[in-house]
Amino acid sequence: MTGNDLPGALAGIRVVELAGEASAYAGLMLAGMGAEVIVVEPPDGHHTRGFEPFLDDEPDPERSLWWWHYNASKLGVTMDLGDEDDRNRFRSLVATADVVLESQRPGRLAYLGIDHDTLRADHAELIWVSLTPFGRNGPRSQEESIDLTVLAAGGPVWSCGYDDHAIPPQRGGGNQGYQTGSVFAVLSAQTALLARDSTGRGQFVDVSMHAAANVTTEFGSVQWLVAGDEVQRQTGRHAAIEPTTFTRALSADGIDVNTGFPPRSARDFAVVVEWMESLGLKDQFEEFFFLEMGAQLEEDLHLSQVGQDPEVTAMFGAAREAVRFISENITAYEFFIGAQERGLAVGIIYSPEEVLADPHFQERGFPVEVEHEDLGRSFTYLGAPYIAPKSPYRIRHRAPHLGEHNSIIEALA
Amino acid sequence: MKSEALSHIRICDFTGQLAGAGATRWMAAFGAEIIRIEDPVRLGKWDVLRGTSPFADDRRGHEFGGCFNNHNVEKLGVTLNLRTDRGKELLAEIISVSDAVTENFAAGVLERLGFGYDRLKEIKPDILYVSNCGFGHVGPYRKYKTWGPIVQACCGLTFTSGLPDMPSAGWGYSYMDHHGGNFMAMAIMAGLIHRSRTGEGQWIDMSCTDAGATMLGPAALDYTVNGRPLRRDGMPYSNRSQFPAMAPHGIYEADGHDAWLALAARDDRDWQAIAGLMGINDQRFDDLAGRLAYEDELDDAVRAWTSSRDRFKAASELQAVGVPAAGVAKPEDRIDNDPNTEAWGLWPTVTHGEMGRVRVDGIPAHFSETDWVLERGGPLLGQHNRQILGGLLGHSDAELTDLAAEGVI
Repeated sequence: MTGNDLPGALAGIRVVELAGEASAYAGLMLAGMGAEVIVVEPPDGHHTRGFEPFLDDEPDPERSLWWWHYNASKLGVTMDLGDEDDRNRFRSLVATADVVLESQRPGRLAYLGIDHDTLRADHAELIWVSLTPFGRNGPRSQEESIDLTVLAAGGPVWSCGYDDHAIPPQRGGGNQGYQTGSVFAVLSAQTALLARDSTGRGQFVDVSMHAAANVTTEFGSVQWLVAGDEVQRQTGRHAAIEPTTFTRALSADGIDVNTGFPPRSARDFAVVVEWMESLGLKDQFEEFFFLEMGAQLEEDLHLSQVGQDPEVTAMFGAAREAVRFISENITAYEFFIGAQERGLAVGIIYSPEEVLADPHFQERGFPVEVEHEDLGRSFTYLGAPYIAPKSPYRIRHRAPHLGEHNSIIEALA
Repeated sequence: MKSEALSHIRICDFTGQLAGAGATRWMAAFGAEIIRIEDPVRLGKWDVLRGTSPFADDRRGHEFGGCFNNHNVEKLGVTLNLRTDRGKELLAEIISVSDAVTENFAAGVLERLGFGYDRLKEIKPDILYVSNCGFGHVGPYRKYKTWGPIVQACCGLTFTSGLPDMPSAGWGYSYMDHHGGNFMAMAIMAGLIHRSRTGEGQWIDMSCTDAGATMLGPAALDYTVNGRPLRRDGMPYSNRSQFPAMAPHGIYEADGHDAWLALAARDDRDWQAIAGLMGINDQRFDDLAGRLAYEDELDDAVRAWTSSRDRFKAASELQAVGVPAAGVAKPEDRIDNDPNTEAWGLWPTVTHGEMGRVRVDGIPAHFSETDWVLERGGPLLGQHNRQILGGLLGHSDAELTDLAAEGVI
């Protein structure tokens, strides 16, 4: 077998996933790791099949790119959970499962008689991962939520936005509230599987998206927990107690870059001097003298002296401005490569499609082709978050059509 | 008391910062024995967070970093001077009884310390090795340096946050340091599951930028399938909903200093409830197509109602009519005044050897049988040398005294 044919780490693990907007990413990752993920949707299709974008912008349950992305590598079955015969089929299906993954409103499955409490009696090894906005039992568990309100209530939104606080704080794109919850749902399933290896028992795991957002805000939480300080949002950089200086610039081709942390060592000053000279920008930069001065430093600039010592302040300011000046005079990609090849940590602010075109991601095999034999075409998908040569993470096949694998449930009857 | 979930797992851990330390933090909370290796000569400063703010009080130095404590709860701390032969021997002894070796150094650093994957396999043939750096260990950018904001820029996440015709607002914290750690934990546990089934170790090469790039799926497919880039006029507009379309969907001014309210209409029923509550009567907004066509006017109408109201009271009124809404929570709101985080036990207090009792981030999952436990703070430098080098490896007190005197530990 070549590396690509190998089963994944979770080969042989069956996951039954009740289709859900928030849990879809968790199911995708478990399937990427090789689990057999069977996504259960209503006979007329889960509502996320109605989500944009659509292939050629033609709305159709089989053409939703949202569905394609989040349900790749999964198998699909249909059941009407309002119908007792189908609920019995669901019970039979769960009896064959290692893991159940669901993001139903707390109480719904108990009402239907197909919750963990009801089904675990015959299946002590079953792992059940529930992903809900506020967890199953908390005082806010019945609130209406979507990604936007999870991120607003959970902390991330407070830290993101612009220096101008008349502009509303911003929610980053990509439904990260759902996805952050999903990441923790995956960690939970893996942890419960490892626990089952040693204890022989399954268990119920209650994952909260609101809690997940709360504990993924870095300084937003830790500053308050440790020192009682409230961070304030700033354009394109960390929310902080005290304002920090810019890290963003607009390159000559109109693409934003992150200019990183200003040079502080003699080596880094020398690099900037050399780079400016090689670009022919030296004579256009009035503070060049301070860069040459920095290149003679015997020890690194101390941040505590910026604003105190005039020479240090001048060198530090010149270095920061020099990096910005360079970035404004060349393309974003030239800036990114030019700085990084010289050992300066800066970034290019790519849009998602630009990531797929980048040579580094291509060499790592990140963009992958997924066959849609039904359409006679293949399309480029996002690939794996890590390279595991012996148990590869990969997109195994396109998302299922509605009811495509109903033979799985027929075989149970 | 420790969780039994992962108590059968031991990791020889070089991770630091958040993008690495976050991975073994999760596993430590579930009872794994995480042996954190630190350099006694540089006082563990290969993790810069050891001595940086926030601080709990006026004390400073390598035992007082608030983030270090937060990210390293329940781990054990061992010091080894890997410049010495004896330090290298002791490290090999730890590796020989570990299930995995984990690190998030720049690519090539562990190899230069003499512990590349080939050497690890010599010491323990079935070892799992998980490396994690910004661009991974394979590919033209493998030597490039990153931290959270650089990762977020290069993987597409920064671009998705902000308003049209404005610079990217980006993420106001290292979102991808959290998820760098989380995806690394995922990679470690996947590797351990594979190893327990097959007996086979491997080197898993984790890249934070790859991990981040997996988080923007529908936008990427819109380009690869339909040829529509996200970099286009009018985009991104991150408080508005992209997939699926909804309107209103945004963050609106509320009464008070820097006070904001998030709300959305998922469908026409939600919209009718909003319009009824706010007294908005405008036929243009009756269906989604109309609300999207006149979204600026729609937002103005919503803002006219929200701007004079307390964000939490307004959210309650909207929730009462079945509409998703939430006040934008400030740190104090969600940490000290949210009944749900309190009921969850989301901010446990740990005991740190120098800082004393400090609150930390909890874990956003509760397990019915083997739940997490966070009681012990991050390790002091070399705090568990005796427990690991003595108790686990069997070196005598006299040997440990000599090793300390020789600058090995």
